Formats: sequence, C-alpha cells, structure tokens
Amino acid sequence: MLRLEGVGKRFGGLPALDDVAFTAPPGELTALIGPNGAGKSTLINCITGVLPASAGSIRFDGRELCGLPPHAVARLGIARTFQNLRLFPRLSVLDNVLTGLTAEAGRSMLMAMLRLPYLRHRERQLRLRALEALDRFGLAGKADWPAAALAYGDRKRVELARACVGRPRLILLDEPVAGLNEAETALIGQELRRLRAAGHTLLLVEHDMELVMSIADQVVVLDSGRCIARGTPDEVRKNPLVLEAYLGRTSVTA
Amino acid sequence: MTRRERLCYFLALHRTGLTVAALSLALLVYPLVERNPYTLGVTNLIALHVIVVLGLNLFIGYAGQISLGHAAFFALGAYGTAVATVTGQLPAWVAMAGVAALVALLALVLGLAALRLSGHYLAMATLGFNIVVHTVLLQWDAVTGGPSGFSGIPPLAVGAFAFDSEWRFHFLVWGFVLLALLLCLNLVRSGVGRGLAALAGDETAAAALGVDIRRAKVQVFVLSAVLASLAGSLFAHCYGYVSPDSFDIFASADLVIMVVVGGMGSIWGSLFGAALITVLPEWLEIFATYKDFVHGGVLVLVLMFLPQGLVTGLVDLVRVRLALRRRGDVAA
Ligand SMILES: Nc1ncnc2c1ncn2[C@@H]1O[C@H](COP(=O)(O)OP(=O)(O)OP(=O)(O)O)[C@@H](O)[C@H]1O
Ligand SMILES: [Mg+2]
Repeated sequence: MLRLEGVGKRFGGLPALDDVAFTAPPGELTALIGPNGAGKSTLINCITGVLPASAGSIRFDGRELCGLPPHAVARLGIARTFQNLRLFPRLSVLDNVLTGLTAEAGRSMLMAMLRLPYLRHRERQLRLRALEALDRFGLAGKADWPAAALAYGDRKRVELARACVGRPRLILLDEPVAGLNEAETALIGQELRRLRAAGHTLLLVEHDMELVMSIADQVVVLDSGRCIARGTPDEVRKNPLVLEAYLGRTSVTA
Repeated sequence: MTRRERLCYFLALHRTGLTVAALSLALLVYPLVERNPYTLGVTNLIALHVIVVLGLNLFIGYAGQISLGHAAFFALGAYGTAVATVTGQLPAWVAMAGVAALVALLALVLGLAALRLSGHYLAMATLGFNIVVHTVLLQWDAVTGGPSGFSGIPPLAVGAFAFDSEWRFHFLVWGFVLLALLLCLNLVRSGVGRGLAALAGDETAAAALGVDIRRAKVQVFVLSAVLASLAGSLFAHCYGYVSPDSFDIFASADLVIMVVVGGMGSIWGSLFGAALITVLPEWLEIFATYKDFVHGGVLVLVLMFLPQGLVTGLVDLVRVRLALRRRGDVAA
C-alpha cells in the first residue's frame, strides 16, 4: 500500500532522513518509533507533501507521491494529524470536523455560490457524517463550541475525528496521545483498533510504548534519520540496536 | 417538542434565509418612508461600498490575504463602463458585463503572479497596482479625461424605465447587493467556503485536508475583483461622472477599513462596516475634516485589540467566553 524506498531529506546540509525504506501493508497498523529528533515528523511531512523529499521514492498504491502538492496527496485518500495540533480555532467543532470532508464537498466555487439542490442534499449528508464522527469521539455535546474553547484532550480528539471522517485509506498519526491521561489514551487506543478493524491502513508515530506494543502489527524504528530496525513488536523489543538507540538517550519506555 | 421549542428550532434552522428576507423587506419599505434624495444618495453609496467590501472581505477574511488595491478594480469598472457606453456607444448592460469579464481576466493574470507573494509583499504589489491604475487614469487624457474626469455617462435603464433618480437607483443597487449577499452567504456555507475558512486559519492544515491553496486564493481574488468592477459600473451610472480622485490608494485603504470594522470573514459584518465608515463623515463634521486621521486611528485600534476585526472579534470573544463558562459548569 505505502512503500518507501531510499527516502532522504536534508535541511541545509544536515540529513534529517537518510535512506529510509519500509512498507506499510494495507489494513495493518504500522508504528514508527524513535528518539526525539529521529525524523519521524519529517517523514510524515515528506509523505504528505508538506516538505519535498530530497531523495528516494514514496509510492501509494503504485503511485509516486514525491513531487505532488499536499492537497493532491490528501485527495488520494491520505489523511493526517499534526504533532502540534492544527485546528482552526475560530471555527466551531463541527465545522472543524467538516473541513475533513473538503475533498467530498465539491470543488466548484460557482456551484457553491448557486447552492443548487444537489449540493444542499450533499451538505446535509456530510453534516450527518461529521456529527456521527463527533459522537464516536464523545464530543457530540460540544459540536457548536468554537474549537478555541476546548480543553487539550478534546482538541486532540477533534483533530483525530477530522482526519478519520473522510474515510481515508491511509491515516498518518503524529503522536495522537501525547499529553493525554490514561483514560483518554485508552479511548484513543480503542478508536485506533476500530479504525484498523474497519480496514484503514494506519501509520502511527508515538512515544507511548505501551500503546505501540499492544496495538501495532509492525514496528519501524528510526534513529538519527536512519531506519535501524523493523519487525513485530516482540522482535523490535528484543533488538539490541533499538535498546542502544534508546538507552543512549532515555529508556525504552520513554 | 413544545410549540416554543419548535419555533426556536425553525428560527435557528432558517436564520440566514429569514435574515435575508427581513433585510429585503426593510429595503423595500425604506424608500417609501424616506424620500429625501440626499439621504437616499448616502444609502446608495453605502450599497456600492457593500458590494466591493463583500468581495474584499472574502479575500481578506476567508482567503487570509491582504489587498490594498481594490479601488483600482472599482476604478476599472467605472471607467470601463464610461468609455464603453459613451465613447464606444455600447449598450450599458453589455458594457457592464464585458468590463467585468475583462477585469476578471486581468485579476486572474495579476493573481497568478502576485499570489505567489504573501503578507507585506502582496500588500505592496496590490498597492503598486492601484498607483499604476490611478496614474494612468490621470495621465491618459485622450481616453479618460484626465484629472477633470469623465462625464455624460447615461443612467442604466430597463426598456424605457431609467434608473435616473436616487429613489429609482435605490432599488437597482440594493437589488445587486442582495444578489451578491446571497451568493456570498451560499459560498461561505458550502464545502468550498469551509475550505477557504480553513485556508485563512492555517494554510498547512488546509492543504493537508485537500484544499488547493493557490487555486483558491486566485479564485477568490478574481471573484472580489469582479464584484468591485460591477460596483464601479453601477457607480459610474449612478453619478454620471467619474474622476480619478475617487479611486486613489486612500479609497483602497478605506475599503480595507470597512472590512476590518465589519470583521474578517463576516458577511453580515461587511454590511455594518461599509455603512458605518460611509456614514461617519456625513453624520459628524469632525469626521469629515479629519477623515484620514480617524480612519487610521480606527484601523490601528481595532487591529491592536481585536485582530479579527471589530464585529467578528467581539462575536468570537463572546462565543469563547460562553463556551468556557459551559465547560466550567460541566467540569464542576
Ligand atoms: N523545518 C526544519 N528545518 C530545519 N531542520 C529541521 C526542520 N524540521 C525538522 N528539522 C530537524 O530534523 C530533525 C528531525 O526532526 P523531527 O521533527 O522529524 O523529529 P521527530 O522524530 O518527529 O522528533 P519528536 O519525537 O521530538 O517529535 C531534527 O534534528 C530537527 O531539528
Ligand atoms: Mg515529531
């Protein structure tokens, strides 16, 4: 489904990614872990076209993503969340989630201005879907709040709801449970399992090892921009290279 | 549901349509009550400004860009109509549509070039465009009449019915306003409109959701230029006379101030902003004398304390406060 080969990225002269290669098989959850500054967010940015990769190829269903602008990548059915939340603070919670359906809402500005019956009908359906997504994340009661008024945990969930509502084929999650308490983390974990069961392919960047080890089908470890290990959670846990990479700085459970 | 709840639900569901209907009714009744041509002249001028400000507000508030050159599009509409109807002897409606199409084309070319820029650079580029247009209007005597202006533009007419008095023009120009208002309201309540709101909030996030940022910006720029051009044509027919003075960079700045007072991204706020800034110098002598000071002061104060603009800023403030209070209640 998602296949990376020799992906590299340099900032100025400094390599942030170097010869990264792995495959995220369809319907599975691939976890991407690594110490701070390993290049995990950079990799997600390269896949989604936010940053151009300096080398290598990124293929999604056989299609080359390198060189595509971010909106074209999104329209192929690839959704993402951001490590530093990027909600639209002035929009209501419901509208925030509805922006996740932009690709389905129609592109023509002229049609939008005329608001023809078919568009009204579609708008109603999208609204229902957005409300349904909010309901799943326990946010239905706050649909009309401005996003700026939400607590941190709620904001994280809104961003996740926004990424899933369009039923994307591939979802890239950059630390979805960072800063959340145990109960909130459990809820997100449950939601991730449900997404995988529904057939979505997921790429999860996360520091919460407990969550990663319990949920991932495959774990990829990055260190200083290089892919140092790959395998099932058990294999990776026992890999000496991984232990070293983590022990060099913090502990495995960091 | 009780009857009261049902009524509230109905009102909430159709609030936009109902507000537009109420506004239309008020505009229909107003000239029956108010027959003073001077007052009607002022409200007609408000209407002309509203048409421009609606488009400019989409560009500033939704596409998140800045333009200090929209008076130039207004000028092109006005002079285009003047030249086409008087010199070219074209039918007025044809001229109006043709000029708007040409302005759209120009805005497209300009937008493709200038919208690579952002922030200060875009402001400078649009400002420069306004200065160029203004200079051409002043210097190209043979076509534009130079500094003394261009007169003798006929009023618009439908068949034998000419919109040749303030009273008659009221219906025409406010009809245009209502049409533009409806189109804009439809746009912002659509998926495309949400994409634009996202774009104004955070370009990276908007792009990741599938919004083609460059295309959207250029489209809104063209739309706002067309609205300004149409308003310019109406302006020319309303006064029968145009001169370069009405379209200098201060006119552009006034338009931006109207947007800022109305609030970024607020369609209804555009009505309020255009009305307030148009009426102030008429109401109070002191505003007329120190117009540029007052406008500059308003701009600075609003942007310092409410960066989203006056009306939108206040509304946002109240909404967040209310939600925070409810959040407190839930937690308690
Ligand atoms: N826009 C940029 N310009 C220059 N250097 C950058 C840029 N973005 C990231 N880097 C550098 O690239 C390296 C990888 O950063 P990245 O954010 O991808 O790490 P990460 O694995 O996501 O870390 P964390 O776990 O802290 O989120 C870091 O050394 C960082 O300083
Ligand atoms: Mg990161």
